[in-house]
Amino acid sequence: MRDTIFLILLLALLWLAISGLYKAPILLLGLASVVLVTWLVIRMRIIGEEHNPTVFAWRLPRFWLWALREIVVSNIHVARLVFRPERISPRIVYQNVQFKRPLGKVIYGNTCTLTPGTVTVQLTRTGTVIHALDAKSAESLGQLERKVHWLEGESEPVTPENGRQHRQHTGQADREDKRQTHGREAGQ
Amino acid sequence: MFETIIDIVSWLLLLAGGAFGIIGGIGLLRFPDFYSRLHAAGLTETLCAICIIFGLVLQAGVSLLALKLLLILLFLLFTAPTATHAVARSAMIDEVDPILSDDSPRLVEFEDRP
Amino acid sequence: MTTTVLVLATLAVFATMGLALVRALKGPTIYDRILAVNVFGTKTVLIVALITFITGHFDLIDIALVYALINFIAIATILKLVKTRNLASASPDDAGDV
Repeated sequence: MRDTIFLILLLALLWLAISGLYKAPILLLGLASVVLVTWLVIRMRIIGEEHNPTVFAWRLPRFWLWALREIVVSNIHVARLVFRPERISPRIVYQNVQFKRPLGKVIYGNTCTLTPGTVTVQLTRTGTVIHALDAKSAESLGQLERKVHWLEGESEPVTPENGRQHRQHTGQADREDKRQTHGREAGQ
Repeated sequence: MFETIIDIVSWLLLLAGGAFGIIGGIGLLRFPDFYSRLHAAGLTETLCAICIIFGLVLQAGVSLLALKLLLILLFLLFTAPTATHAVARSAMIDEVDPILSDDSPRLVEFEDRP
Repeated sequence: MTTTVLVLATLAVFATMGLALVRALKGPTIYDRILAVNVFGTKTVLIVALITFITGHFDLIDIALVYALINFIAIATILKLVKTRNLASASPDDAGDV
C-alpha cells in the first residue's frame, strides 16, 4: 500500500515536470494516465519497494556520488586500453553475492555494467557471471559488493569486522579475498 | 565573471563528452571480440552521455529544460546497462565464445547453490 | 563561442555514430550488430539534445526524452525476435533466470 502511494506521487510529479502546461484539461489527462498506469502496475503485480525513493534514505545520494566517481575512473582506464588493445586480458569472474533483497542484486548488476570494464553476463539467485576487460576492472568488484551492502544498511563502508559478517556463506575472509583477485593471478 | 566560468566548464564538459564518444567508437572497431566490444560501447553510453548532458544542463540553468535533461540522463543510465546485459546474456545463451587470456576460467552457466 | 562548441560536440557524436555504423556493417555476429545499433540509438538521443540547444527550439527536448525510452524497448524487442523468432512466446532458455 505504501509503495502504491509512492508510485502515484512519483507518476504525478513526473507528469507535472514533463508536461509544463498547467491547464485544467491537460491536468485531467494527467490524472487519467496516472490512474491507468497505477491500475496496470497493480494488475501486473510488479509493484515493490523499488517504487519507494526513500527506501535507502540518505545513503542513496552518497552511493550515486561514489558510483559517479567509479564511472569516471573506469572510463579513463578503459579509454587508455582502447589505444593499447594488446594490453587487455579479458576474463570471466564467477562471484557469489548475497543481498538482503532482490533490489540490492539489481543495483549491484546495474552498477557493475554501468562501470566500463565489467559487464554482468548472468545474474542468478546466488551468484553472478561477470566479464571483465582486465585484472584492474575485476578487482573493483569486491569494493562494489561492499558498497551495495552498505547501501542496504548492513555495515559501514570498508571495515573488516563488518565485511566478515556478510561473507559467512563462503567461509573465511582470506579465501574470499583470494577469490576476488583470482582473475589477476590467472592473468600473470 | 561567474557566468563565464560556468560557460567554460560547460564547454569543457561538452568537448570531453564528444572525445569519450569518439574513443568509445574507436574501441568498438579495435577490440578483438564481442564481449570486449561491450566495454567500448559502455564507454560511449556512460561518460559520453553524462558529460554532454551535464554540459547542456549548465547551459540551460535552473529550469524545466534542465530537469528534462536530467530525466533523459536518468533514463539512459537505467536502461543502458539493462540493454547491455540483455545483449551479453543472449550472446552467452547462443554460445558466442569470448577470447580469454590464458588460464582464466571458461564461460559457463553459473549454477545456483541452495 | 557556445554555438561553436555545441557544433563541435555534435560532430564528435556524429563521428561516433559513423564508427558504430561501421561495426554494424562488419558484424561478425548478429550481437555485434545489435550492440552497434544500440550505441547508435543512444547517440541519437544526445544528438537531438544538442540540436535543441543549437537551434533554440526547446520543445525538441521532449523528442529526445521519448527516443531514450523507445530505443531501449526496440533493443529488447529485437533481441527477443532474434532469439525466439517469435515476439509472442517466452524463451524456454531463460526460464531459470531471476
